[in-house]
Amino acid sequence: MTVTLIIWAAVVLVAIGLYLSWTAGRLDRLHTRIDAARAALDAQLLRRASVTQELATSGVLDPAASIVLYEAAHAARQSPQDHREVAESELSAALRAVFGESAQVEAVREIPGGQEAASELAAAVRRVPMARRFHNDAVRAARALRRHRTVRWFRLAGHAPFPLAFEMDDEPPVALADRPGS
Amino acid sequence: MKIGIVCPYSWDVPGGVQFHIRDLAEHLIRLGHEVSVLAPADDETPLPPYVVSAGRAVPVPYNGSVARLNFGFLSAARVRRWLHEGTFDVIHIHEPTSPSLGLLTCWAAQGPIVATFHTSNPRSRAMIAAYAILQAALEKISARIAVSEYARRTLVEHLGGDAVVIPNGVDVDFFARAEPRPEWQGGTIGFIGRIDEPRKGLPVLMRALPAILAARPDTRLLVAGRGDEEEAVASLPKEMRARVEFLGMVSDEDKARLLRSVDVYVAPNTGGESFGIILVEAMSAGAPVLASDLDAFAQVLDQGAAGELFANENADALAGAAIRLLGDPERRAELSERGSAHVRRFDWSTVGADILAVYETVADGAASVAADERTGLRARFGLARE
Repeated sequence: MTVTLIIWAAVVLVAIGLYLSWTAGRLDRLHTRIDAARAALDAQLLRRASVTQELATSGVLDPAASIVLYEAAHAARQSPQDHREVAESELSAALRAVFGESAQVEAVREIPGGQEAASELAAAVRRVPMARRFHNDAVRAARALRRHRTVRWFRLAGHAPFPLAFEMDDEPPVALADRPGS
Repeated sequence: MKIGIVCPYSWDVPGGVQFHIRDLAEHLIRLGHEVSVLAPADDETPLPPYVVSAGRAVPVPYNGSVARLNFGFLSAARVRRWLHEGTFDVIHIHEPTSPSLGLLTCWAAQGPIVATFHTSNPRSRAMIAAYAILQAALEKISARIAVSEYARRTLVEHLGGDAVVIPNGVDVDFFARAEPRPEWQGGTIGFIGRIDEPRKGLPVLMRALPAILAARPDTRLLVAGRGDEEEAVASLPKEMRARVEFLGMVSDEDKARLLRSVDVYVAPNTGGESFGIILVEAMSAGAPVLASDLDAFAQVLDQGAAGELFANENADALAGAAIRLLGDPERRAELSERGSAHVRRFDWSTVGADILAVYETVADGAASVAADERTGLRARFGLARE
């Protein structure tokens, strides 16, 4: 009688152990995914800021637009972590202000080397929202799992900080986002 | 880049997802990437060199029609071998929620995974029951792609999370350059799709046809697609049946020529569409499009700017719009011109670049794809001991 009881208790304990280890594995994988997504988002944001800065200093734009873009790109690159979302949103707004008209994009394209610069910027402003969406999707999945009872009671997340979404205005300028021929 | 693509449905059965994957793989190979496609296929089917067979698929009723799916121990083993031998930088799974290779690969792989959601099923009972299992597998996907804003919305509602919208691609020039065939021209309406699948909408068109023929007796309806032709015209008065020509299954070339020839292309689909690639193909060929006002169709047609919409399943509305279009060459020319301009955003050059951008975003700074050893029971014990 006691032997069967002990065997059953052991089976239940092993099952619980397996479930916990599986959940911890899931959580670990999600944290890795967030790290990778965050690195990708950082890379895309930096890329956008540097392409903008390059354009601003290349002399293809008028001085006023150059200064606006340079300021915004510089602020985005140098901003401290807690101010980053605001600075990057301001860069988006500055880009929209300068490249709001397709005529401005055309003007850049006509200058020698402008074609590449314009397509680089177009690629950069398109990839930032992509990377941000992938990052926030990973954050959401991790948060959903971390709110789960099992994870909270058994402290499966350890000391990993609670993941935060990256919220910013990443709307690309219409003239740049528009597809070829459309 | 080394790219692995997983196709959930049988390679030997024609279907939208299969064609999309074929075109995507060939587009990426032309750009110089190494691509391997894992797809269910019969052993005797000749496969293109980039396709690896995952074995024979089993026909199962799924999502309202009979789908041929892969599951079980053997398929899982093949998926693992493919992952192991491929050493991909990124894998791209199509339809990861269908109980087939896509879901199996999600289970078996780790590393950068991109997934495309093609269908926008209403949430099914099975999905709710399997939610916990699905969620654990779907968590591994680093980037989700939805084929339309509509598909994205259903995805967000049913599974949570978010996705980027990248439409399905079409080789626009292939359709734009096709030669029209004189015998298919002159007062013709085109329809392409399975004849015997009611949701493709041929019955609606058949109900509208008497009114169209009464107003414009010279009109001919050209139908391309598989199915029982007798049954399809059974609802028509006998004298009108001659105005319907069945072309059977047509080759890609003939499909393009048909779309180039017709005066109006009608898409009367009644539901279950998440994108509407045929509309894009019709617009590429410069055919004026008249489609039911499904969410997905309205989006592809730019809310009616690039093609006309009629109230879904309303045969009278369809007939009225068709009669107006057939009698108005100027409006047709205008639609054709707008469609041709609008459709450029669906060309593979644009769509392919966007998909590659997704690959690069998730592969940046991440390790390459490998078989996930943690799902093995022995590894689990090993992990538990630590």
